[in-house]
Amino acid sequence: MTDDLTHLKDAMRAATPKPSKKDADLALAMKNFDDMQNSRQGSANGARLTTDHPTITSRFTSGVIHMFHSLTTRGALAATTSITAVGIGVFLYAQQGNIRFELPKPDAVVAELPVNTPVLHDQVEALIEQSSVDETTATAQTDTRRTRETAELSQEEGFAAGAIAAPEAEADMVMAEIAPSAPPAFIRKAAPVPMGGITSGALGYDDVVIHPEPNTEKFANADANPVKITTDTPVSTFSIDVDTASYSVMRSSLMNGYAPDPQSVRIEEMINYFPYDYPAPDANEAPFKPTVTVFPTPWNAGTQLVHIGIQGTMPALEDRPPLNLVFLIDTSGSMASPNKLPLLIQSFRLMLSELHDEDEVSIVTYAGSAGQVLKPTKVSNKIAIMAALMRLDAGGSTAGQQGLQQAYAVAEEMRSDGEISRIILATDGDFNVGISNPDQLKDFIAKKRDSGTYLSVLGFGRGNLDDATMQALAQNGNGQAAYIDTLSEAQKVLVDQLGGTLFPIANDVKIQVEFNPAQIAEYRLIGYETRALAREDFNNDTVDAGEIGAGHSVTAIYEITPVGSDAILNDALRYQPAADTDGNGELGLLKLRYKTPGEDVSQLLTTLITSGMGQATDDIRFSAAIAGYGQLLSGGKYLQDWSYNELITLANETKGEDAYGYRSEAIKLMRLAKSLSAE
Amino acid sequence: MRMETTDETLAQAAANGDREAFSLLLARNYDRLFGLCFRLTGARADAEDLTQDICAALPAKLGGYKRQAQFSTWLYRVAVNAAHDRRRRHATHARAADGWGDWEVNRVATNKETQDGVDWLTQAMSSLSIELRDTLALTLEDEMTHRKAGEVLGVSEGTISWRMAEVKKHLRVMHQEEQKA
Repeated sequence: MTDDLTHLKDAMRAATPKPSKKDADLALAMKNFDDMQNSRQGSANGARLTTDHPTITSRFTSGVIHMFHSLTTRGALAATTSITAVGIGVFLYAQQGNIRFELPKPDAVVAELPVNTPVLHDQVEALIEQSSVDETTATAQTDTRRTRETAELSQEEGFAAGAIAAPEAEADMVMAEIAPSAPPAFIRKAAPVPMGGITSGALGYDDVVIHPEPNTEKFANADANPVKITTDTPVSTFSIDVDTASYSVMRSSLMNGYAPDPQSVRIEEMINYFPYDYPAPDANEAPFKPTVTVFPTPWNAGTQLVHIGIQGTMPALEDRPPLNLVFLIDTSGSMASPNKLPLLIQSFRLMLSELHDEDEVSIVTYAGSAGQVLKPTKVSNKIAIMAALMRLDAGGSTAGQQGLQQAYAVAEEMRSDGEISRIILATDGDFNVGISNPDQLKDFIAKKRDSGTYLSVLGFGRGNLDDATMQALAQNGNGQAAYIDTLSEAQKVLVDQLGGTLFPIANDVKIQVEFNPAQIAEYRLIGYETRALAREDFNNDTVDAGEIGAGHSVTAIYEITPVGSDAILNDALRYQPAADTDGNGELGLLKLRYKTPGEDVSQLLTTLITSGMGQATDDIRFSAAIAGYGQLLSGGKYLQDWSYNELITLANETKGEDAYGYRSEAIKLMRLAKSLSAE
Repeated sequence: MRMETTDETLAQAAANGDREAFSLLLARNYDRLFGLCFRLTGARADAEDLTQDICAALPAKLGGYKRQAQFSTWLYRVAVNAAHDRRRRHATHARAADGWGDWEVNRVATNKETQDGVDWLTQAMSSLSIELRDTLALTLEDEMTHRKAGEVLGVSEGTISWRMAEVKKHLRVMHQEEQKA
């Protein structure tokens, strides 16, 4: 670390001025010095310094005239009095007054400062001070303020600019003042900063392509679930997860021509991206129904898959309770690119057409400071909502937490009995002001969750995506995290599956499976690494878990190794008796806990898992293919020789009707991933 | 005799029109000024231009020099401001074409540079934010304290220390990435 600095220091020492250049610079400085001395001797007017500005005199005079024109009599009186009182000070004052009217080049002012002015300078300050006290008329006051500002500017920043800048347009100066926070183009693009793989097909002058900062994406993940020995840990507990963000992130990576970061692959999210046609519960049953299927593993002849498909009920959408939606929209500068704010606006417009007239929408933005741009408005007034959406503009830094606080406040204000409140946070994941620690944000949201307001997070854009924070927010806000990279993804999340996105039918859904050591030697849960729960958490109703929305289907897959299989990875122990096999064919017990929305006490569902149960339909086998795909992308430790070829064959066989085309798209992506992995 | 006169006295004299004082003052400080300009810009071509600009403007600027300030502090402030303005002009001039222009300029400049490490340096510095970069440019000089750097940049000593910690963090990450590559 200190080495780095020393390294830099040494590199700096290597830079010595060229002697010829030094001589030339010194000569130039001396010439300017002489010029200035001469001009001082010649007249008290320092204006000669700037002979390269021919308009100086005329501007000076016109400025004075201007000033006197716009001063009221009293102001003028004050000014003239000062003229007689302080002589040369007024000369400066007048000149700087000039600035107010014409916005001349700042260099003019600087260059005209008589050279030896420390005392004079103070006089000017005093004069300005005094006149600003004296002034009674608004006009004169404004003038003075501006004069002072300009004077300060010319002393500090503008000072250097002035004398050096030569004839720069005023606009430059103005621009510079407006946009000091924007990194200058030459710094942004000069260095070949490692791009972290953000590339795009078309090379053009585009911020999406030439990405200035190193890739700052953060992904939430843990190491792949290891194989567990049933006799050691017979029980596996986790929370369900209906997020789909990981799939979209994978897609956007592949579409941009690079393999996704293995850390970004969460297999359960890839599996749950697809709609499956599992049997739905009957009207009087629990709000969802688990279906268990046991069938051979595609990638390992010695093991089997236990496939748990959970189908949520689909209440009639016409009868649904009114919705209160708060769009919490990140309008920070980083949201400006076309795949962020503009896509977001289009996505919300799509969604608007799916809402009912009595639903209410409010919009809160955050960038620098949080603000409500649209008061709660009924969807029947679509025009007002659209107009508010179209007015959104990116600029400023991100203060995620302030925005959240305000959004929760708005949601609470909108709530009334029997209605569902949900905040939809749309961001590129950058919470760089306020609480930036995901843990603290989590706490804040977890507290707010109990007020009954749900929080969903939509991620936009890549390169800056803070996946970990997004996950943390959605998981703790009883909501869903989805990543929107294309308009068709927006269609899927916000239109086709709107019900699931917006209407929870079961909260805190936890799964616990107890395996029978007499039948199963080893097992492994595929995915759900970030959702693992402690065994005792299953019955603890205060422990938060995932939600199921209307019509959602959720899939969990275990790979199990039967006792006696040659695929067992762990050797038998010498000092512990092997479990006795029994003949009852019970592989294990599946337990599910959930709360109906609004309830605090959970209910329990149990299903026995027996050998060979269920029918391995195309749907189920396709989900197994996706499980295999996810493993290929994240390393494929347990896949043996199974490769993309087998994967693509299996996915093709099982893609079925594929009404929305999601599965065909997945197969295309598999082929892309195959080509990329061959490199 | 004159060599023992302090920079501050020289500057005062130069401001009052002492030609010899000005010449001596500039000769004494030129190398340091160039060094700072180089660190501020990260490229020789830019550093040369910037130094020249400052030299050209210095006679006029000396009028604003007040005896209370240490001359080097004052000079550095002038240089940092000039570098800022230069960057701003760069940024506004031609937002669109400039990127490629600079890229080309940099590439050519890099080819010309034979000194070791300058390439790494350019990269390291240009990946920092402007504040961090200015801070680093100043503090890399041996006798520069955090307090003095704070005076030049108009921020507190603590801010400088914090920024340097940030710089070190940044460099460490960069270094690690390099090692990996």
